[in-house]
Amino acid sequence: MKYLDEFRDPKLAKYLIEKINKIASKKWAIMELCGGQTHTIIQYGIDQLLSENIEMIHGPGCPVCVTPLEVIDRAIEIAKRKNVIFTSFGDMLRVPGSNEDLLKAKSLGADVRIVYSPLEAVKIAKANPQKEVVFFAVGFETTAPANAMAIKHASDLGVTNFSEIVSQVLVPPAMEAILNSPLNRVNGFLAAGHVCTVMGYWEYEPIAEKYSVPIVPTGFEPVDMLEGIYLAVKQLEEGIAFVENQYSRSIKREGNEAAQNILKEVFQIEDKKWRGIGEIPQSGLGINKKYENYDAALKFDVTSIKTEESKLCISGEILQGNKKPFECPAFGKECSPVNPLGATMVSNEGACAAYYKYNRYKYLVNQ
Amino acid sequence: MRNITLENGFNCPLPINNYDTIQLAHGSGGRLTSELIDEMFVKTFGNEVLNKMEDQASLKLNGNEIVFTTDSFVVDPIFFPGGNIGELAINGTVNDLCMNGATPLYLSVAFILEEGLKISDLFSIVLSMKKAADEAGVKIVTGDTKVVNKGQCDKIYINTSGIGVRNSEVDISASNLKVGDKIIVSGTIADHGMSIMTSREGLSFQNDIMSDTVSLNDLVKSMIETTKNIHAMRDPTRSGVAATLNEFAKQSDVGININAEKIPIKPNVKGACEILGIDPLFVANEGKLIAVVAAEHAENLLQIMRAHRCGKDSEIIGEVVNEHRGVVVKKTILGVEQIVDLPLGEQLPRIC
Repeated sequence: MKYLDEFRDPKLAKYLIEKINKIASKKWAIMELCGGQTHTIIQYGIDQLLSENIEMIHGPGCPVCVTPLEVIDRAIEIAKRKNVIFTSFGDMLRVPGSNEDLLKAKSLGADVRIVYSPLEAVKIAKANPQKEVVFFAVGFETTAPANAMAIKHASDLGVTNFSEIVSQVLVPPAMEAILNSPLNRVNGFLAAGHVCTVMGYWEYEPIAEKYSVPIVPTGFEPVDMLEGIYLAVKQLEEGIAFVENQYSRSIKREGNEAAQNILKEVFQIEDKKWRGIGEIPQSGLGINKKYENYDAALKFDVTSIKTEESKLCISGEILQGNKKPFECPAFGKECSPVNPLGATMVSNEGACAAYYKYNRYKYLVNQ
Repeated sequence: MRNITLENGFNCPLPINNYDTIQLAHGSGGRLTSELIDEMFVKTFGNEVLNKMEDQASLKLNGNEIVFTTDSFVVDPIFFPGGNIGELAINGTVNDLCMNGATPLYLSVAFILEEGLKISDLFSIVLSMKKAADEAGVKIVTGDTKVVNKGQCDKIYINTSGIGVRNSEVDISASNLKVGDKIIVSGTIADHGMSIMTSREGLSFQNDIMSDTVSLNDLVKSMIETTKNIHAMRDPTRSGVAATLNEFAKQSDVGININAEKIPIKPNVKGACEILGIDPLFVANEGKLIAVVAAEHAENLLQIMRAHRCGKDSEIIGEVVNEHRGVVVKKTILGVEQIVDLPLGEQLPRIC
């Protein structure tokens, strides 16, 4: 298939692997920030082909995984109310809250629907004026513009029975939190190609400089990933650190200004809880005063639901790159996609699920 | 940011170990389906025929060997590119009957109709069932009709059961795989599932993916005429090729290796899978079969299949091995081996 097969070319991929392994003279730990990138690494087995000097650390960039438990509990509480149509992207439905997931709520009669775009949810609201339609707006800067656009669109149309339960998070503050952690081992980052397509990469330049850490905005196909790793390792070996754009077919330095403008119109930057990491200052987006009528947490008065997260799994350490899924005693035993103990086992983009799905064979053989 | 240790407990919700109500995933053909069947149905109903866990029951009646099967159809939407629920109901049961080499003969059809269903829609479904039955060479010999209140079912549900005559010259079973056997798929995968998924509400891209629904009994007939050394055969419907291969590996206690590059898939189907983040190995087919055949007969069988209208894109996609028993392993384009697990339930389109 055009525009895909070129970036999955085994010959080119093997050539890049050889180049990386040749220049890697010391041990380097590189974090890919996006869950989609984690998925590619594990799906194609890239980690198994790189020299022992290169360790890929899986970052916190899976939107499902970092959505805090209490937001999921609030969402389920809203979904269960009478007169509500609750809409969401598919992979949020199976994420466990404290007691149940959205699929369970659905089976008990809640009107929970999978949509492919938040604008679809606005359409449902328009067609069902007697119902309250709520959209579960989670994710990074990638999903934020469409989620903001849905609110603006509803407002422009005068649709008042639409609202969003928002858990939007931002990448740069999470990177700084990781770099400031006393446990940090990350030497270089592959930044998320789609986040940078929206936001550009100018925000990363001060981080690269302040922490002397190479940052390479990178695409999602195997050849993209390998080129990104190569560029990061090359900088590390040469002792330099700057932002180097691998995904130039999609990313401009200034990003997508129209998308950024709609974010400014609807959202404001706030302190945010991350599942597994805790609160990071100024690391998320919430609905601003002008559009507060579209904030489902206020509309349905669920802000009093506060949930402490339990101590059963180590997804927090995995999200920060301190541990690998195999290092969790529950991995593949008590915890599997059938019975996920943590969010990293639920989404396809979660590190644990990716390891479970693709990498377990190697793990089983080595046991 | 605070230090993270196991003690101060990075979060995680309590596990939801077992659902106490039926979830959609229990009907998806994945792991929850198989748990429900094994733990509740087989344990309760178990007998020497059912315990074989084939798609069709082989029975001896007064010295005659017959096969018997049943299947229910609840697809939404009821009309989709390439077919409708009626054709599916005929082809699905014909295919289940013929997968052990039997000749399908007679079907029953039971309708559950929702109050308000258009008579013209019902008639076009019935006409296409007649056409599908004629093409497969089977007769609809008995039936039933029920109507329920509006909202108590979704437009129309159809159950079909069927019987056929067993072919005693062959011994085809999911527990008959032998080390060294080759695995053949009869054409492009994931056509039906992606046709349905992309024609559902809410997805606003142009859809030209056609369902592959078709009866395979004529293809099976020419395969059996070619060789009696087909060890296993199944149509990879719900949860797709991955589920069928996992069933084979477990029931025969062998390992299966597949080569990802060899698996045929249409470009538009692959594109839709890419956009939605769906793995085509786990997507339903309604007009394809997977045959496991002794290695020395594989090439000949492949040519016969390719010469048939229902098998022209057939490929050898893998082989049966002695290692990693009960587990299916695929080789990625970079040559790395990975496990192909039984899916949990429905594949859910991802966020981004």
